[in-house]
Amino acid sequence: MTKRRVEPLVWLMFSAGGVLAAVFLPILILLFGLAFPLGWLDPPGYDHLHAVVRNPLTFVVLLGLFVLMLVHSAHRFRYTLYDGLQLKKKRTVAVLCYGAAIVGSIAAFAALWSAA
Amino acid sequence: MTPSGGTTSDLRLYRPRVSTWWWTRKRSYTLFVLRELSSVFIAWFVVYLILFVYAVGQSEAAYRRFLGWASAPWVIGLNVLALFFVLLHTVTWFALTPQAMDVRLAGRKVPGFHILAGQYTGLVVVSLFVLWLVTL
Repeated sequence: MTKRRVEPLVWLMFSAGGVLAAVFLPILILLFGLAFPLGWLDPPGYDHLHAVVRNPLTFVVLLGLFVLMLVHSAHRFRYTLYDGLQLKKKRTVAVLCYGAAIVGSIAAFAALWSAA
Repeated sequence: MTPSGGTTSDLRLYRPRVSTWWWTRKRSYTLFVLRELSSVFIAWFVVYLILFVYAVGQSEAAYRRFLGWASAPWVIGLNVLALFFVLLHTVTWFALTPQAMDVRLAGRKVPGFHILAGQYTGLVVVSLFVLWLVTL
């Protein structure tokens, strides 16, 4: 029963996370995943980055971004397993997917908190 | 209740078996599954960013170590794949929005083309903002 009431909320977070991932991730991967590690662009100075990460606004924005994108990912992957692989243990899959998103969200909070 | 007297849960429905590889049979199916798999790479990059934030929070040495780890060939390879899948996500997500949302302005339906243009403008604005914020 509770499952049914949770579903719309998860779906809402799925959509919000989808929009955020679509808009934010391409530039973030390009910069932090490729351009800085490969030296295409000079990586930002430590003091500047540290100041950005310590800003309370960054804390709120990044936490929201991380949590919503994790829920988006978990929700979509859950249905990928149902439809793509035709898995039958639906409850287990749901628990594992959302469980991973919750663990990730806690890790995100801990990392941001330790940086602040 | 069913005519035979049992409840609906006793019904044996006909469920044809679907092969695990059903999505390889048609290009549009394959594209659908690839699009759904973008979720894996979104999760990967969120984890990557969490590690990044953690390293920056620790010390300058930890930040340098992170950049060193991030330039390892397998990490770069994963990130190239992640960029491909996220772009697939972006394009398909934007393309679906006009179909999922019925936006009305002054009582008239906003054409899908305008919604699409708005989203790509948003993408450019956000990208420039992030670029400005981190390279400032």
